Amino acid sequence: MSSPARPMHRWVLATALLLLPLAGWAHKPSDSYLRLRVEHHGLEGRWDIALRDLEYALGLDADHDGLITWGELRVRHADIAAYALARLRIATAEQACAIRATQYQVANHSDGTYMVLGFNADCPKADVPLTVTYGLFFDLDPTHRGLLRIESGDSVETAILSPGRPSTLVEPQRRGWWQAFVGYWREGVWHIWIGFDHTLFLLALLFPAVLMREGGQWRQAPDFRSVFWEVVAVVTAFTVAHSITLSVAVLGWVSLPARLVESVIAATVLVAALNNLYPLVYRRRALIAFLLGLVHGLGFATVLADLELPGGTLAVALAGFNLGVETGQLAIVAVFLPVAFRLRAGWVYRRIALGLGSAVVAVIAGTWLIERSLDTRFMPL
Amino acid sequence: MRSARRTLLLTILSAFSLQVSASPFTPKDDADVLERLTYQSIADPSVAKLRRMRAELAATPDNLELAVRLAWRYIEIGRAQADPRNEGYAQAALRPWWHLDPPPAAVLLVRATLRQSRHDFHGALADLSGVLRMQSHNAQAWLTRAVVLSVLGEPRDALGNCMPLFRLASPLLATTCAGNAMGLGGQAEAVYEWLLRSLERSHGASARERLWALTVLADIATRLGRHAEAESHYREALRLELRDIYLLSAYADFLLDQGRAEEVYALLRDDSRPDPLLLRLALAEKQLSTPELKHRVTPLQARFAASRLRGSERHLGSEARLELHLLNRPQRALKLALDNWAVQREPVDARLVLESALAADKAAAADPVLAWLIKTGLEDVRLAALRERLTQAR
Repeated sequence: MSSPARPMHRWVLATALLLLPLAGWAHKPSDSYLRLRVEHHGLEGRWDIALRDLEYALGLDADHDGLITWGELRVRHADIAAYALARLRIATAEQACAIRATQYQVANHSDGTYMVLGFNADCPKADVPLTVTYGLFFDLDPTHRGLLRIESGDSVETAILSPGRPSTLVEPQRRGWWQAFVGYWREGVWHIWIGFDHTLFLLALLFPAVLMREGGQWRQAPDFRSVFWEVVAVVTAFTVAHSITLSVAVLGWVSLPARLVESVIAATVLVAALNNLYPLVYRRRALIAFLLGLVHGLGFATVLADLELPGGTLAVALAGFNLGVETGQLAIVAVFLPVAFRLRAGWVYRRIALGLGSAVVAVIAGTWLIERSLDTRFMPL
Repeated sequence: MRSARRTLLLTILSAFSLQVSASPFTPKDDADVLERLTYQSIADPSVAKLRRMRAELAATPDNLELAVRLAWRYIEIGRAQADPRNEGYAQAALRPWWHLDPPPAAVLLVRATLRQSRHDFHGALADLSGVLRMQSHNAQAWLTRAVVLSVLGEPRDALGNCMPLFRLASPLLATTCAGNAMGLGGQAEAVYEWLLRSLERSHGASARERLWALTVLADIATRLGRHAEAESHYREALRLELRDIYLLSAYADFLLDQGRAEEVYALLRDDSRPDPLLLRLALAEKQLSTPELKHRVTPLQARFAASRLRGSERHLGSEARLELHLLNRPQRALKLALDNWAVQREPVDARLVLESALAADKAAAADPVLAWLIKTGLEDVRLAALRERLTQAR
């Protein structure tokens, strides 16, 4: 190309490489999406890498038919993880964090299929600045970019990593105690909202609250005042009970297998529902709420363990979560109580809500009990 | 409790999807096809040759002649497959020389080509000047400079760079280069006839050369409102069967302007991988009110969003059209059209600004484009009509 040539020769070159003003591309150039989440023990990562790029670097299409199948990708998982993770460095000022692949999946992006590599980075200390250095594909394609997204506490930072700027400094955000409190409070509310077993248990306890039992018959409770205090007593007893066991479990003083706890929780719901249908205990429901609530607290502890509690803010986390659970329960009461009180006089309430409602709760709880104790699934919940 | 864990997981995943909008999954079957590669078979001799060249260069990475040959090969493949990754591979082949000041002329020419392709037009011009300082007879450098200058809306400067081609290249190539530049000035009728005669005389010209000449003829005829002539040039160009995305896009636009959306649909239905073609297919489906339309708009938005995430500007014009015609957001369209106008200035780019300014009810925003129209003397029936409406709108 650079050597002098006869004019005829140059024509041919110029023509072969004729440039038209608009190049239309099927895709954008090559990018990978690297997402890091700062957790208290280190980082969790998700790395989306285009199969086209992996094909060029490592050759995935084993049978050379122009198609990459899951089988062809699956057998190369370890190679790919080794190749990619060797080109990613996450380090504190003193030392590099050990990176370990945890999961291999795929995802469809707008320009093709990507491998999704899940990984953990174990960093020696939390809350110290980290340097992320990226080098994937830069040797093969200098136009490749690593699109980095780092989530730390409530903040999100992004960076475009290129051969000219391959590293970036991450300063993990330490959450203030108030943000932590609000965060765990929110988790508590959310947990009541989605935790059907607790909601059903509470409802089973509340169904009879607008009634009173006299001579083997249900009668309507005389006034709102007595009903209100009855409900307050039940809910508070439940809260106090599960706060105690939750704290005890989180502090590590008691530890029971999750399957056992979940089975017993299902049993408590069943017992509460059956007691509405065949009343054995109809006074001192607050006491029942307290005793059975102790079991539910052990269940909440599993959730908090999943949320990975930071050591320093344990008290804040517990308080926030418990108050969140309490808030969620009060919201249910606020909806339930006025309606139930209004309807309590008619047979509709006794038959449909108390009778049929409790029966449905009992069936659900019974199924849970079998599912959880035998570790099988029947229901979608 | 299980449901709680699942929901927490879902919450985390959905928060992430805001970034890359792709949920991970595990395919069920080993036979599931995840990706189709652009080459069909290793038996393809060009694939085998490319692999051989790659291996050879890996063994002797400082072999300049081989590296340049491999780079051009990648550029050609990139154009044929419409996959810009190949341009990155081309750049990688030239790594030892890429950052020299100055690199060898052959490397500089490749760098200019890649820069113009990334819409770094001024960088490309600087590199091309560098090539021409070292090799004033380099036809490819003159040609590329002429094309870049016309994309930048400087037809007079473009024409100056076509002149040496009359000495260095074939008559048809030189005439097409000059015709393209002059056709953007004020003598479109005469230029059209001149280029047409040159094409009729050039029996020995290669298909590539004829394709460019026919495309320029069709563009000029369209701007002059001579639709029958434009149609016959487009059809003759398509009969050459050289896959060319610019040609397909221009022909699709021509048909769309005449309300011939069925023909666009038939042309592009099975060929919509490249962004510009997917955009035209969606515009056709809008005219036809097909139910598939929404399945086109979302991927287009996703592609432009992904492009923006990496800081690219290549998609601005297409995105402006998406906003204007498919999403009915004229304010956003106008902003994108003006950003695009700051990068490139061809008649299509001018039209986007004028249409968006009208739709957004901001006639004054089109002033720089109107000034450019006066400066260049561009003859274009559609732009003239838009200019008329803008004048009335004030």
